[in-house]
Amino acid sequence: MDYKYILEVEGLVKQYPEVRAVDDISFAIEPGICFGLLGPNGAGKTTSIEVIEGIVKPTQGKILYKGRSRTSTFHEEAGIQLQSTELPQFLTVKETLQMYRNLYRVKADMDYLVETCRLEDILKRDNRKISGGQKQRLLLAIALANDPDLVFLDEPTTGLDPQARRHLWDIVTRIQQGGKTIILTTHYMEEAEILCDRIAIMDHGKIIAMDSPESLLNRYTTGTTIVLESDVEQSFLDSMPCKWYRMQDHIEIQTESPDQCIQQLMQEGVTLSGMSVRSPNLEDLFLKLTGHDLRA
Amino acid sequence: MLRRIWTLFSARNREFYRDKSTLGWNVFFPLFIIVGFSVLFSSDTQNLYKVGIVRNDEVATQQIASQLKKFREMQYLEFIEFKDRDDALYKLNHHRIDLLVDPTTAEYWVSKTSPKGYVVEKILQAASLQGNTTAFKKQSVIGREVTYIEWLFPGILGMNIMFSSLFGVGYVVVRYRKNGVLKRMSVTPVRPYEFMTAQIMSRIFVLLTTTAIVYTGTVLIFGFENHGSYLALLIVFALGGFTMTSLGLLVASRIASEELAEGFLNIITWPMMFLSEVWFSLEGARPWVKNVSGVLPLTHLVDCARKVINDGASIYDLRYQLLSLAVMALVFLTMGSLLFKWQRG
Repeated sequence: MDYKYILEVEGLVKQYPEVRAVDDISFAIEPGICFGLLGPNGAGKTTSIEVIEGIVKPTQGKILYKGRSRTSTFHEEAGIQLQSTELPQFLTVKETLQMYRNLYRVKADMDYLVETCRLEDILKRDNRKISGGQKQRLLLAIALANDPDLVFLDEPTTGLDPQARRHLWDIVTRIQQGGKTIILTTHYMEEAEILCDRIAIMDHGKIIAMDSPESLLNRYTTGTTIVLESDVEQSFLDSMPCKWYRMQDHIEIQTESPDQCIQQLMQEGVTLSGMSVRSPNLEDLFLKLTGHDLRA
Repeated sequence: MLRRIWTLFSARNREFYRDKSTLGWNVFFPLFIIVGFSVLFSSDTQNLYKVGIVRNDEVATQQIASQLKKFREMQYLEFIEFKDRDDALYKLNHHRIDLLVDPTTAEYWVSKTSPKGYVVEKILQAASLQGNTTAFKKQSVIGREVTYIEWLFPGILGMNIMFSSLFGVGYVVVRYRKNGVLKRMSVTPVRPYEFMTAQIMSRIFVLLTTTAIVYTGTVLIFGFENHGSYLALLIVFALGGFTMTSLGLLVASRIASEELAEGFLNIITWPMMFLSEVWFSLEGARPWVKNVSGVLPLTHLVDCARKVINDGASIYDLRYQLLSLAVMALVFLTMGSLLFKWQRG
């Protein structure tokens, strides 16, 4: 292995006639880690990843794979799961997986794919008759069909129920433990915290922060987050010695001294039922960095 | 209830109106067909039956001349003059004309199996009847007469190949592009030409199989025979299917809307269906109609299939038409490859 980074992106820009979808982003990924591009819908995550995958042409910027510019063999080596893909109709799960395997020179072991992605029970089922979670698992297996070193997963759990999502997280963790490098886009903070070793937070086409989840939280957030479900007068909130954010259905207060803050709320006669107190998470971090909700 | 119906009604109308491509095809396609066919078959050329006349200045007798004049005044008949009687007889045998009259000898020929021939013969007899006799003598057809079903059948097979190729490939590729199957394919090592080749080969395989089944079934039911070699027929159908599939891929090279693709495919298939002599011969049609017909791949496919099945033509006999089909396929494929896009937008 004569490279330090499996993927390096430098000064990447994608300009569309009406919008600059990716605005000068740079990052480098060490082999074997799970790197997350995190941000709300429309932040430029998918465009960034599709430029790197070679689906979209960049306006400018440099992309190096294993220390060299990508060549025509890049698609032989990379494992790619797109955000929304239909599967060929009238084929079974097994036939689909075999078809994709046969498109590559290097093929992952069929048993490994089936076992890793937990496809045993649906191998003979028609693609049109599998659930959303099963489809994502099949797409993941297809992304691994060529036994890639680098795997791109574009919002692999969007639209899945919590159980199916956790199921997929287990699989992604196993894939990473197998030594593969993963680039993942997501707008779920929890997903990024659980799966990613490093994350780049994107908003409006730019990377606004990048590090490990722990370092980011340590660097940008301190104290405690108080979540209030009841409404509070704005003038009172302004008078408190802490930062606050009015969200769609609740108010979030970020404070260094939660005891004092709660006392003040009680004195004001604010209803505390439904209140929760927690340590800051990536969601709070995003709020602090951008001033708007991640789901906005 | 009415409010809900009205809400859905107006929403659907808005949707339809805003989908410009569908709106366009719904308005312009029928208009195109109506205008096109009114030009092609305008009332002064709309004749149901085609009568060949062997051109000769000498008419046997005055009586025949007057009977012929009456015959020529009959409605719905189109008279096509031939210098050479043998040429005219060949065309009669191959259902390109329905009846042939030679005024010099007062003879006429009619195809025994053609439904139209029977009707024209009755018209001739009605026009030329004087008392109980007619001056025209019926002659038996010289050489092997192609039965009507034998003439029609290669046309139907050709038309089937056209529809199957154009819609089976064009429409499916557009759907794959629309739902992202092609986009997924684009991040594998598969190259556009590999994808297109696989589509073409698969379709030709399907076409030849289904054509073979239809052919066998029809032969068993109607009992006619192929006068040429099966290898020649196979080559004609495979090359014809190749050309049509390439045309389908060209249409589907970058469209991502099924409605738009359907419109394009209709605009290609309909003229071919009527101008490639599938159902009726263009004998006696205006020169420009024949010229248009000459550039349509289905014309060559059907003509070659007829020549093999009806006349026993060899590949060598058909070389120019087969070459035309191959050139067309090459042009369609090259253009299709250059225009091809994996994904929409």
